[in-house]
Amino acid sequence: MKQPKTFPAYRVVDLGRIDFLSALAIQKKILQEVIQRASSDTIIFCEHPATITLGRLAREDNILAKRDLLNDLGIPVVDIDRGGDVTLHSWGQLVVYPIFNLVNHGRDLKKFLFNLEQVVIDFLQYFGIKGERRMGFTGVWIGNKKIASIGIGVRKWVTFHGIAININNDLDYFSFIRPCGMDVEMTSLNKICGREVGLGEAEKIMANCFKQIFYFKDGGSHD
Amino acid sequence: MTDVFLPELGEGIDKATVSYWYFREGQVVKEGEDLVEVSTDKATFNIPAPAGGLLAEILIQEGDTVNSGEPLAIIDESQAAEAEKDESV
Repeated sequence: MKQPKTFPAYRVVDLGRIDFLSALAIQKKILQEVIQRASSDTIIFCEHPATITLGRLAREDNILAKRDLLNDLGIPVVDIDRGGDVTLHSWGQLVVYPIFNLVNHGRDLKKFLFNLEQVVIDFLQYFGIKGERRMGFTGVWIGNKKIASIGIGVRKWVTFHGIAININNDLDYFSFIRPCGMDVEMTSLNKICGREVGLGEAEKIMANCFKQIFYFKDGGSHD
Repeated sequence: MTDVFLPELGEGIDKATVSYWYFREGQVVKEGEDLVEVSTDKATFNIPAPAGGLLAEILIQEGDTVNSGEPLAIIDESQAAEAEKDESV
C-alpha cells in the first residue's frame, strides 16, 4: 500500500540579504508548493534593501517623500497583494514570511494575525521587553512606538507576506512614509534593548516563538 | 446560476472590501480558479470560483464592501459549454 507523503511540521528558509522582488518570487513559488501540499509550512527569514511597499488598499499619499528623491536614493516603490497600507523595509529589519496552510491552524484570518502578534510579543519578552497590541490596529507596539508591522495575503487558505520587525535598521527611513497610514513613531529592538542584537540571533529566537505558538499551543494537526 | 458568496474568514469578520477582480463580466471561469480578491484590514483573501461557467454579473465592484452571506457575483454554468465551444473555433 502506498504510504502518503509526510513532511515535518514546518521548515525554516533563510534567504539572508535579498531584494524585495526576488524574495517575492521565492515566496510565491513556495506558496504554490504549500497549496499543492508538496511542501510543509515554511517560515522564510530575510532582510531587504530600502524598499517601500504598498498594500492592496494603501493610499498613495501615505508616501511622504517625493518620488524624485526616492528615485535618486534608489528606493523602489512596489504595489503588492497583501493587506494593510504602506510599509518600509531596509537592512537590519527582520522580515518574516510565514507560508502556512491555515487548514491546519483553523481557518480564521483574525486568529492567525493575533497569533503573529503573539509571536512578536513573545520574541520581545525574551529580551525583557513588553510588547503590546493596540485594539483595532494590527501590529506590535512598545509604549506609543511601533516596532513590528503585519500584513498578509491568503490564497486557498495558505498565507504569504507577514511580519517586518525593526532590529537594528536605520529608523530615519520611516520619515519617507506614514507607516500603515498612521502618524506613529517607529522604534527598534536595539534602541530599546540597549545592546546589539544581530539578525541571526533574532531569527533563532523568532523561529522558536513560532514553534511555541503554532505547533504547541494551537493544537493544529500536520501532515 | 450559481452565486459567489463571501466565505467565513474568521470569528468577528463580517465584511470585506472587494480589492481585485481577476475576471471581467462575460469571461469564462473554471471551477476553483481565483475569481476575486477581497481585503480586510490586514489581509487579502482570494475567493475561488464555486463553479465553472460564464461570469454573468459582478454585483460588488472593486473598492466596495461586501457583507458575510451577501453575493459578490453570479456564474452562469449553462453558458460554459457554449463559451468553450466558441473559444475552440
